Amino acid sequence: MEILVATAVGLLTSAGIYLILRQRTFPVILGISLISYAVNIFLFASGRLVVGLPPILRDEAVAYTDPLPQALALTAIVISFGMTALIVMIALSAYLSDNDDRIDMDDVSDLQDNDA
Amino acid sequence: MSLFLIAALPFLGAVFPALLIRAGRNACSSAAGAVTLLALVGVLLHAPEVFRGETVTARAPWLPQLGMNANFFMDGLGFFFATMILGIGLLIIIYARHYLSREDPMGNFYTYLLLFQGAMVGIVLSDNILLLVVFWELTSLSSFLLIGYWRHLPAGRQGARMALAVTGGGGLALIGGMLLLGHAAGSYDLTTILERKDQIQASPLYVPALILILLGCFTKSAQFPFHFWLPHAMAAPTPVSAYLHSATMVKAGLFLMARLWPVLSGTDIWFYIVASIGMITMVLGAVIALFKDDLKALLAFSTVSHLGLITLLLGLGTEEAAMAAVFHIMNHATFKAALFMTAGIVDHEAHTRDIKRLGGLRVLMPVTFVLATVASLSMAGIPPLNGFLSKELMLDAAAHTIWNGSEWLFPVLATVGALFSAAYSFRYVVHTFLGPVRDDYPHKPHDPGIGMWLSPAILVLLVVAIGLFPEALAGEIVRTVTDAVIGGHGHYHELKIWHGVNTALIMSGIATVGGLILLALHRPLDVAWLAAPRPEAKVIFDACIGALIRAARAVTDTLHDGALSRYAAIFTLFTVGLGVYAFSTGEIGEATRPMNRIEVLPLIVWFCLIGATACVVAFHRYRVIALVIMAIIGLVVTLGFNYFSAPDLALTQLSVEVVTIILLLLALNFMPKRTPIESSPGRRLRDAVLSIGAGVGVGLLLYAILTRDFAFPSISEYHLANSYKGGGGHNVVNVILVDFRGFDTFGEIIVLGIAAVVIFALTEAILRTSVRAKLLNRKPDWPVAGDSHPLMMVVVTRLMMPVALMVAAYIFFRGHNEPGGGFIAGLIAAIAIVMQYMASGFSWAAARQHFPYHGIIGSGVLVAAVTGMGAWLNDKPFLTSDYGYIHIPGLEKFEWATAALFDVGVFLAVVGAVLLALESLSRYAWRPNTDSPYPMDINPARDDPRGGRED
Repeated sequence: MEILVATAVGLLTSAGIYLILRQRTFPVILGISLISYAVNIFLFASGRLVVGLPPILRDEAVAYTDPLPQALALTAIVISFGMTALIVMIALSAYLSDNDDRIDMDDVSDLQDNDA
Repeated sequence: MSLFLIAALPFLGAVFPALLIRAGRNACSSAAGAVTLLALVGVLLHAPEVFRGETVTARAPWLPQLGMNANFFMDGLGFFFATMILGIGLLIIIYARHYLSREDPMGNFYTYLLLFQGAMVGIVLSDNILLLVVFWELTSLSSFLLIGYWRHLPAGRQGARMALAVTGGGGLALIGGMLLLGHAAGSYDLTTILERKDQIQASPLYVPALILILLGCFTKSAQFPFHFWLPHAMAAPTPVSAYLHSATMVKAGLFLMARLWPVLSGTDIWFYIVASIGMITMVLGAVIALFKDDLKALLAFSTVSHLGLITLLLGLGTEEAAMAAVFHIMNHATFKAALFMTAGIVDHEAHTRDIKRLGGLRVLMPVTFVLATVASLSMAGIPPLNGFLSKELMLDAAAHTIWNGSEWLFPVLATVGALFSAAYSFRYVVHTFLGPVRDDYPHKPHDPGIGMWLSPAILVLLVVAIGLFPEALAGEIVRTVTDAVIGGHGHYHELKIWHGVNTALIMSGIATVGGLILLALHRPLDVAWLAAPRPEAKVIFDACIGALIRAARAVTDTLHDGALSRYAAIFTLFTVGLGVYAFSTGEIGEATRPMNRIEVLPLIVWFCLIGATACVVAFHRYRVIALVIMAIIGLVVTLGFNYFSAPDLALTQLSVEVVTIILLLLALNFMPKRTPIESSPGRRLRDAVLSIGAGVGVGLLLYAILTRDFAFPSISEYHLANSYKGGGGHNVVNVILVDFRGFDTFGEIIVLGIAAVVIFALTEAILRTSVRAKLLNRKPDWPVAGDSHPLMMVVVTRLMMPVALMVAAYIFFRGHNEPGGGFIAGLIAAIAIVMQYMASGFSWAAARQHFPYHGIIGSGVLVAAVTGMGAWLNDKPFLTSDYGYIHIPGLEKFEWATAALFDVGVFLAVVGAVLLALESLSRYAWRPNTDSPYPMDINPARDDPRGGRED
């Protein structure tokens, strides 16, 4: 099973990075979501994969899976929702203000004007 | 008075002028003066101990692991400098009260001045070289504020920047030098370092440390070739110049050389660097000063020259020279501060300080004339004034110095320096005050009120008194201070005016006569000087700074060109490169873990994931389709968590998936539904290669991890063992979240809340701009459904609401022992409410929602915080939980942990954050006059379903 999880994470990472390298905000948001999946699974899997041994204390249970990465991944999932929501709003605001959803600024003068 | 208080007083007092300026200029200056006087009295109270040769200390550990301690000590040297800084500071405060005009913001001035004064006092009292460096940097910063005080003058701003660049750069070198010194000495405490001369000078770090420290000292004390900033700092108001350039800022470098004299001096390299630079600076400064027409520029270069003189004396490395240096520091502070103040008076009264436009002021300003003349003659080294005494000592020391085998070089150069020094001093008096009265002054000059001449008068009194009775007034203190400088008891001659006819007296006589001759020849010499080509320091400095800025800008513009996708590509490439490097150079152990067997069902699900991911990439231009496929990926991930023994994660992922997709759909409503093809095939190929490389790397890394056991014992065993005993829960994941790592969770709900509030703020800001009108006039790019609130959906969601909330409550309560908890329950409750927004519309739901979501987020964080603080009542650390059993008649007995209360906070914060984010987004779609007065759009009992008529 390990090979399946590893390939899935690798593929999610590839797809995520490819979409992040696109030029419009929406694919980038999708890419970030894919990367979030990959990272959360990676984090979770660092506790090693175990089938059928949930970390719920039982008298009859003989062993448990590693609970710590699960706890960390759980908050990471919720936080990644917060992050996605924030970038969605930023992207939407930028699009509505400028009628443009490109993420690259054309030239440096844009930057310098903003700095001034 | 404790040294802590003395060092802190100017900083604490700096608040008063800024506040009291509202009460008037007198209140403002009096406050500054009172603070300074208090600190001065505090220093003077220690005089008896210091004169007995004792050291006053005050110590407090700060970061002892780094050798950084808030240690202060005051021996003779510290006492001497602190007295000078605070005493002259007091006189300057009095003088500035009358010098500054009504338009000048006086509160700022005194605040800056006190900050600067505090930093200076900190330098001279520090017993820890790192602390000293901190104060050193503070003087650079506060002097920047003071020099640039007249911020409307370009010269002031440029001078301030130049001073900051030069002294700040030197400060950087000093930090390095001090760290090396501390390393070589094995301690950062000055008192310890001063005892380890042999150890330091034997260390290979001695030379680099010495050079770096001297760089710091030379830049601060305006030694050649860093002397150029000082004249440009003259754009400051005269009280600032008088203070910074007589007694304080520029003396900081001299102080440090004197302070470290016992450990750094005595070597050839010290002698050749310090004495030679001092000699060059002395002669060069004196020559340039003679040809300056601006009174303050003349004084500035004379300051450079005198600083060189003192540096030279410190560089000679003998006890007599050290004593002469100390004595001249004192004398220079008195006559130079007085001279600056008289220059300020002339400028203030005649509205010019150009010597060529002055002359004849003797008649118009008799008081100023007397003060300036006495101080000038002291600077020229005319007996019986104090400048004469210390200059004799210098000439005597130079006369006995052999430089690289040459017996005559130093005596001749010292005489030349003294000669020019006498010449410019005479010129200051003769060309400004003597000669005929003119009728073309920019402003008719006359003597100012006593407030302005009192301060220089006090100093001039000292000049004369020390000159006449050196042994009685200054002998004791000079010897005490010199003992502190050399770190022992030296054998000194008495200070007296008449030593008989000796070499020094002859040199002095030559200098005086030569000075008079030079003054007589000034006009032709001046013409020749002006015609001669000479390097202009400011031009060179500006060219260097300009080149630096251009280089920095070129680098920044190349790297930071605004193309975010390029940054991302570079970042990916770099990370992959690091990974490859780590893989190829590191070692990897044997695969030790047995694999889980591949089963059929998971394999099918895996194919779903692979297919869905490929489809998202393939169809990412069709945004709605891509979004729907994204949901499949989320579902597969959920199933995966469930399969691999993580029920809590599965529940969380599922509910987060729902809200995320709703969010993205809402956003997509306002965005283009297609992504155009923009990147070239080559670029897509590049991105594909990059992303596949990264994906392969991550996959391999994960596979390597999964096939090996932990390298170190995991801390998870502890959590499993103590989850019930310590946290009172069977669900270890939940106990970790709300108990073991409760502080993490606390931080995370705050982050989530912040994200939601930022979203809200962004929406508010955007909807106030023209975007609002654009949204109202927007034509939907897809056909709108005929019925925006379908009856079936409205009824079903309303029926579902209590059920969904019930499920949330169930998930919440069982969370401590079974899969569930505050995070998941919060998401489910949020979904229950979002369903109402979706089915019945924003207006309907908003009208029935009585608690603002920010309030819910805030109360959640507050509940969690208060629960955590409850532990303090039992004398336990923040967020320590407790649990017990509760019996309610009619129910089984059950456990209840305080962590559950914390989980309530998590629940509320999650509900509030999710809903605030989604509500903000849906406000974009809101339109006026779409609100229905009825709870249902369609009601068969009403005649007109659209509500056109009243019932």
